[in-house]
Amino acid sequence: MSPQPAMPRSWRVDTKPHKFCPGCGHGLILKCLGQVIDELEIQGRLIFGCDIGCSLLSWDFFNLDTIQTHHGRTVPVMTGLKRARPDLLCIAYMGDGGGYSIGAQHLVNAAARNEKITVILANNTQYAMTGGQMAPTTLPGQKTETSPYGRDPELTGFPLQGPEMVGAIGREGVYSARGSVGNLRQLRRFLKKALENQIEGRGFSFVEALSACPTNWRTNAVETWSFIEKEMPKYFKTGEIKVPGAGREEVANG
Amino acid sequence: MSQKVISAEKRAFMTGNEVVAWAALAAGAEIMYGYPITPQNEIMHYWTRLAPKYGRSFLQTEDELSAGFTTAGGVMAGRKAFTATSGPGNTLMQEPMSMAEMMRLPTVVVVQQRGGPSTATVIYSQQEVTLTTIGGNGEGMRIVYSTATHQELFDYTIKAFNAAWKYRFPTFVLGDGYQAKMREPLTIYDPAERGIGMVPPEPFVGKEGIPGEDRPPAQYRNTFNLEEELYEKVMADVSEYEKIAPEVAEFQADGTEDADLVLVCHGVVFRAVREAVAKLREQGRKVGYFRPVTLRPLPVRQLREMVGKAKKILLVESAYGQLARLFKEAAYGSGTEILTLFRPGLGITAGEVEAKVKEILT
Amino acid sequence: MAELTRIVLAGEGGQGVQTVAEILAEAANEEGKQALYIPNFGVEQRGGVSVAYVQISDRQIGAPKFQTGDIVIALSDRAVHRTQKYVGPQTTFVYDSTIQGLEGELPENAGEVLPIPAVEVAKKEFHPRVFNIIILGAVVGASGVITLEQAKAAVEKRLGYKFTKQPELRDLNFRALERGAGMAVRRAG
Repeated sequence: MSPQPAMPRSWRVDTKPHKFCPGCGHGLILKCLGQVIDELEIQGRLIFGCDIGCSLLSWDFFNLDTIQTHHGRTVPVMTGLKRARPDLLCIAYMGDGGGYSIGAQHLVNAAARNEKITVILANNTQYAMTGGQMAPTTLPGQKTETSPYGRDPELTGFPLQGPEMVGAIGREGVYSARGSVGNLRQLRRFLKKALENQIEGRGFSFVEALSACPTNWRTNAVETWSFIEKEMPKYFKTGEIKVPGAGREEVANG
Repeated sequence: MSQKVISAEKRAFMTGNEVVAWAALAAGAEIMYGYPITPQNEIMHYWTRLAPKYGRSFLQTEDELSAGFTTAGGVMAGRKAFTATSGPGNTLMQEPMSMAEMMRLPTVVVVQQRGGPSTATVIYSQQEVTLTTIGGNGEGMRIVYSTATHQELFDYTIKAFNAAWKYRFPTFVLGDGYQAKMREPLTIYDPAERGIGMVPPEPFVGKEGIPGEDRPPAQYRNTFNLEEELYEKVMADVSEYEKIAPEVAEFQADGTEDADLVLVCHGVVFRAVREAVAKLREQGRKVGYFRPVTLRPLPVRQLREMVGKAKKILLVESAYGQLARLFKEAAYGSGTEILTLFRPGLGITAGEVEAKVKEILT
Repeated sequence: MAELTRIVLAGEGGQGVQTVAEILAEAANEEGKQALYIPNFGVEQRGGVSVAYVQISDRQIGAPKFQTGDIVIALSDRAVHRTQKYVGPQTTFVYDSTIQGLEGELPENAGEVLPIPAVEVAKKEFHPRVFNIIILGAVVGASGVITLEQAKAAVEKRLGYKFTKQPELRDLNFRALERGAGMAVRRAG
């Protein structure tokens, strides 16, 4: 037997193996998240909210109190929860369709109001659960079921820049970053800082994670990693976009 | 929280929107989420002025979807939470309320009906009956109280919180623009002083202990994989809803025993009907009224009994047959003739009702 | 007093008809009567005719709106047109006689038509600001739903904070109230 990597303590063992497709990025993101939850020792006061789309498959993923909501509505549900019980920590977990399209107004306004919740968004450049349609994050030229000849920016615009948008809306106290399943160490660091931002009561925190969907991309392992590491970064730069405390110069420059 | 909102029973003279704010406070509501839309705005206006004095909170959301979903989050946190809306806002509210129906969330929504369809008028109608009772992609497992006076608006807003937390079905107080904006006297009181016990809220998530270690995690979903799985879930809720329906259902009736004509109506129109019936009775006409207070669930047994005895029914509403659809379904199988006075989006006066009855009974 | 009195007040935005209706209904409520006041609040409230419906009774009040008023008061030419439909043979129709060009426009079916020179009186004898108090007086005079003393108490309750600062305002308002009441005494009583 080859040694299995240790499961984070906050994972719910009896629901493993998880339900994501082979090669899906969700498992990696949720593993990073689980490790961070363990490290911060917040399992006893953390509520996990998940959206519709593949993210809903995480509804019984953790040993965490969990609410699976409607498409795009995880941000308001967690906002309502946090407003009613400020002592709890709240995560809203979703995909790019939920966060940037149907739930964009919620993301924008939660960031603007500096809601003290953490939003984690998996960006796999398309709607995966519904079979691979174009999303706000689909790359120019990328083929999907609703852009079968490749996304034409003339007709449907360019990929939406989520963390940059949140960074632009957010004022003092907002944390915004983009990580990738291609760099788990960095992603873990961003997730930790995002949750710490909430724990310390500074404000809204947002992490986009570049993710993989080999099923709908119809890619093999090599092509999948190439897409994540070479194609996606052309439009989605990883790094911290806004960090409370460090944001003064940015605000001044912006 | 323990601070009493209304120390002694007192007569007040206020608008219906103010009544709702006071009633929600008296009921122990802890947080309101809301989005501006006429004619419910003043509920938020009064709440935002009063709430901080009693340690209660408010959040103005980005739209009614958010108002409904934050309310869902609030109740899942174990707080008595509510929102208020109207018209196009009520349309958006159906999405969160369908989730509340699926997840059995004790949300309370106050609806002050305005004209429809679309933006229509900001004034008045009874055109949100279908939406409020059976809106959403579900089975209409909701509790809907339709009020007629400011006293009822106060009483039933308090009751709505109790019904929601007792039965865990989304609960609505269905008012209208007239009730929202008019002023009339009522008595406001502390429920405890009247012997009304308030059902305590309970958290769905965030209870004591580490999930998976001290207790199983509380995990709620509204998505199901299999037809059979969903069927079982929905049928369990349906059977519970049907079981509680007779004890939830309320109505008011008078003069139906010997009536040649029974007038059926709900909400503020009941005021015109009651006035007209009193006048017609004075004139020796054999008329009565039957008014469901709960539109979901309807008082089906009493309604069918009444229909069985009545010679004719006159349905009166400020909509084009929304109450009528609910009524006819409940009365199905009876041969009693059903006549209608439909005035979509228009107020109905006692004079009109009286004239219509005389036309029928000539 | 009749067991139920129905009053329609209509004027231009800023003429204070809603305030008058509110003071009147509150005063009646204070006296232990049943009172119901509902404003029109359509899009018209911005730049349109403002209409207030008041019902005062010893018994429970029915629908918030009604077909025919006992007292209908119109304070502008547009209000005169707008309120025609509330006039019946039992109606006392009160209008501001300062309004020009109403020949043939007044309701012919009214039980009684009472012209009152409120705008002119407010301007010449008092101050344009007390116009609505004159109207309140006129409603009290024409309807008798509350006494003049009760109306004064209601005005005191509402404007008392101003009177403390400027006591002469109390006298001005009370005289305006009395003057208004005197203007609108119905022949039929």
